[in-house]
Amino acid sequence: MLGLELYELPLLFALQGVVLYAVLAGADFGAGIWQLLSGRGERGTRIREHAHHAMAPVWEANHVWLIFVLVVVWTGYPIAFASIASTLAVALTAAGLGIILRGVAYALRSASSGAAEVRAIDTLTAVGSLLAPFALAAAAGAIASQRVPVGNATGDLYSSWLNPTSLMAGVLALLSSAHLAAVYLAADARREGDEELVEAFRARALVTGALAGVAAVAGAIVVRSDARWIFDRLVDTPAVLSVGLSLLAGAATLALVARRRLGAARISAALAVAAVVGGWALAQNPVLLPGLTVREAAAPDNVMVLLVISIVAGGLVLFPSLALLFRLVLRGSFSAEPAIAREPSLAGPSSGLTATLTATRLAGACFAVGAAFLVIGEGAWPHAIGVALLTAFIVLGLSALAGEDARE
Amino acid sequence: MIAALGPVEQAYLLEARQMQALSFAVHIPLVCFGIAFPAMVLRAEWLWMRTGDEIYRVLAMRWTKVMVALFACGVVTGTILSFEMGLLWPNFMGTFGAVFGLGFALEGFSFFVEAIFIGIYVYGWNRLSPRAHFACGIPIVLAGLTGSLFVLAVNAWMNDPGGFKMRDGVVTDVDPIEALFGNSHLAYELVHMYLAGFIVTGFLVAAAYAVGRLRGRWGRYERIALTIPLTVAALAAPAQVVVGDWAAREVAKSQPTKLAALEGVGRTERGAALHLGGWYQDGEVKGGIAIPKGLSLLAFHDPEAEVEGLDAVPAADRPPVNVVRVAFQLMVSIGTFLAALSAWYLFIRVRKKRMPSGKWFYRLLVLAGPASVVALISGWVTTEVGRQPWVVYKVMRTNEAVTAADGIPLGYATLATFYAGLIVAIAWILRRLAKAPMAADAEPEPEHRTAAV
Ligand code: HDD
Ligand code: HEM
Ligand code: HEM
Repeated sequence: MLGLELYELPLLFALQGVVLYAVLAGADFGAGIWQLLSGRGERGTRIREHAHHAMAPVWEANHVWLIFVLVVVWTGYPIAFASIASTLAVALTAAGLGIILRGVAYALRSASSGAAEVRAIDTLTAVGSLLAPFALAAAAGAIASQRVPVGNATGDLYSSWLNPTSLMAGVLALLSSAHLAAVYLAADARREGDEELVEAFRARALVTGALAGVAAVAGAIVVRSDARWIFDRLVDTPAVLSVGLSLLAGAATLALVARRRLGAARISAALAVAAVVGGWALAQNPVLLPGLTVREAAAPDNVMVLLVISIVAGGLVLFPSLALLFRLVLRGSFSAEPAIAREPSLAGPSSGLTATLTATRLAGACFAVGAAFLVIGEGAWPHAIGVALLTAFIVLGLSALAGEDARE
Repeated sequence: MIAALGPVEQAYLLEARQMQALSFAVHIPLVCFGIAFPAMVLRAEWLWMRTGDEIYRVLAMRWTKVMVALFACGVVTGTILSFEMGLLWPNFMGTFGAVFGLGFALEGFSFFVEAIFIGIYVYGWNRLSPRAHFACGIPIVLAGLTGSLFVLAVNAWMNDPGGFKMRDGVVTDVDPIEALFGNSHLAYELVHMYLAGFIVTGFLVAAAYAVGRLRGRWGRYERIALTIPLTVAALAAPAQVVVGDWAAREVAKSQPTKLAALEGVGRTERGAALHLGGWYQDGEVKGGIAIPKGLSLLAFHDPEAEVEGLDAVPAADRPPVNVVRVAFQLMVSIGTFLAALSAWYLFIRVRKKRMPSGKWFYRLLVLAGPASVVALISGWVTTEVGRQPWVVYKVMRTNEAVTAADGIPLGYATLATFYAGLIVAIAWILRRLAKAPMAADAEPEPEHRTAAV
């Protein structure tokens, strides 16, 4: 890209993290909202079960994007992170509580039985799913409307994120989460061949998509009067292009859903979210917080280089792993036939009596020598040898005691 | 980069510290399961693959459910901790984020890998070939190790800060690699904490089955389920004593004031005695058993070595001695007890080729589970409270790190309520999963209704 500076790179990665979190965790929260609005009876149960099962294998991975954003911002732009976190303490606490509820409900779900219990747990999920995206988006609104000054909690703890712009952002986030979830859940129901569920979620996707469009227009009016600075920048180039793209993608999603092209709708729905975040970033650039530019907030160059290297290297591990997870999940069942065919023994019985005795003696010797190195030795090498020997003690001990011959 | 955010007034510093401590006290025991439990599940699965004996598979699948539930709780408590870094200690983050933040960034990737492969492992039972499924468990174990490495690098840096210079309150010449990996605390903290993960998980799981045995539930399944975690923990516990000794000697070198607090040394002296028990008052330990020259010998391998006392620093620079000292003594006594119990177990296993049969062994084992958690928390109290009043040792005080925001007591109360709920939820989940009928696990429910988002 033209003129991209080193000090901007980590922020760019963080923004991609924001997009992925808004899309992936957004859909997760949206599914939680649909669990609340599922209605009663057998159909309601099916909707709730579908929403739960669709999200269960991936929710943890989806939520780590938030951690990614946090750590990149606090390493790359420490002053900005400190100012944001301290002024927006209440909003972030609320988001944190929402995330606790979501996570605990997930854990509870794995042990629950009976309709009443499941219902109660899904209500927890839903409360968390309303709280977290709302609070996080309101916090974003606080930054966008320039209500987070540089300093240790120098902004207002409440009005910074309870103001017209933030409220609009929060409502929009809830609607877009619900919309994303409905689109995705419809597509998943299609893959499973459950046409009734497809229709249920299609209708939901259309309604929430239309509502989100209305909210976006209303939001523009609110922001214009409440936060003129960001509004003017949003309707100016280059931000306006991105905002326009978002509106187009949103409209396209509605059309695609209406024509039952659900796979393509998935992509355009995600694009609509990405373009909003992109528009916001372009509008703010180069101002991170009032009176603080991205360049001023940035950590020293060598830190930024290391950070970018870590992100790229991490990405090389991460994306293939994520691809594997999503591929397995998207295939519906991880493989057609459960391959529980027993494998032949990989090794013969290893614990002959003499072998065990030798391993035990060796383990004891490793412990004694390793302890001596750690206790008497000074410096890195003796300690490294000591740790290696203690590790050997544990491994040998495990293999010596491997047999299940421990009867009474 | 611009200067730090400047000093603050915070009436509720103590509450902020307690809030941080509470969050750690909830996160760290859960994390032990993230570190060690996947390895134990894999061991059971490995035994299944090797022997073809269904009982191991049932065990591995039942444990998988526990693992994933506890992992979810570890994730949310860890997320709260990340928020708290900024919510409670913005000046610390603003000033030093560039120095140590990289550690957390790397940690973040570890957790990503862990979360992804947990997803694959949990939902891949019966859907991947046994070998592929087993292989997908290995990254979970490795990510637990690297995750601990990176987060402990941050803590080790706070205790032995390097890799930067301070000029008029501004951090310059930042070298994150030197800061995170060039300090003297990381090596022992990593080994000590990693072993602690296996000790806590091993003894807690074994304790659950020991309770069952005392109540007469003792079939082949229970015996295997008790042996796997107990053997690991019993091998780790003796090693932990040696590593703890190493930790204490590093502390003696780089944080003499912390050592003085651990041991209640009021005045700098040669040939310092080691005190077991007792209470620190007016500059010395009252009561307890004194071992002449013991401390000098243990800490410096020289009975006449000089041990720096608390009087070497102004009163304002000393940690609360009795908190640190009691925590340390608690950890050491529990560590000794666990090592002794382990020696008993290993002796009977090796010499008699059977399990210990006495009721008392199992009673003590039930005690060992919770005791190991107490040792874990006490160890962290020793490290963190022993570092006070510094958040970054000799560089930044905790009262300079804290937020200027109001409302800490309210946040603290709310969070405490949520944590109480979390703990109740965990207890409920574990009871439920323990009571689930065996048959249900032999044939896992066909869970093919998954989809991607
Ligand atoms: C199951 C848990 C457990 C057990 C049995 C022990 N420890 Fe420990 N200890 C910890 C768990 C722990 C820890 C994981 O909580 C800490 C906190 C920081 C760290 O690296 O490990 C710790 C810290 C810690 C420190 C402070 C290090 C610092 O301030 O940087 C010392 C001096 C010791 N330990 C010494 C011992 C000794 C001499 C033990 C045995 C007799 C012992 N520990 C058993
Ligand atoms: C990897 C990183 C860290 C670990 C594992 C860790 C661990 C802990 C633990 C277990 C406690 C509880 C002590 C108690 O029960 O009183 C604690 C307390 C505390 N930690 Fe840390 N900590 C870490 C990083 C931090 C950071 C980044 C800060 C930020 C400033 C911090 C500040 C504190 C404070 C102020 C307390 C309270 C001490 C007191 O009560 O006197 N720690 N920490
Ligand atoms: C004693 C120190 C710590 C250790 C050994 C440790 C280790 C771990 C491990 C192994 C996990 C994986 C989840 C699990 O197994 O339950 C985890 C989760 C997490 N920890 Fe910690 N942690 C420590 C302290 C901290 C601190 C100080 C922070 C933050 C400031 C933190 C933030 C997190 C986060 C954000 C997660 C969730 C990751 C995810 O979403 O998958 N942890 N921790």
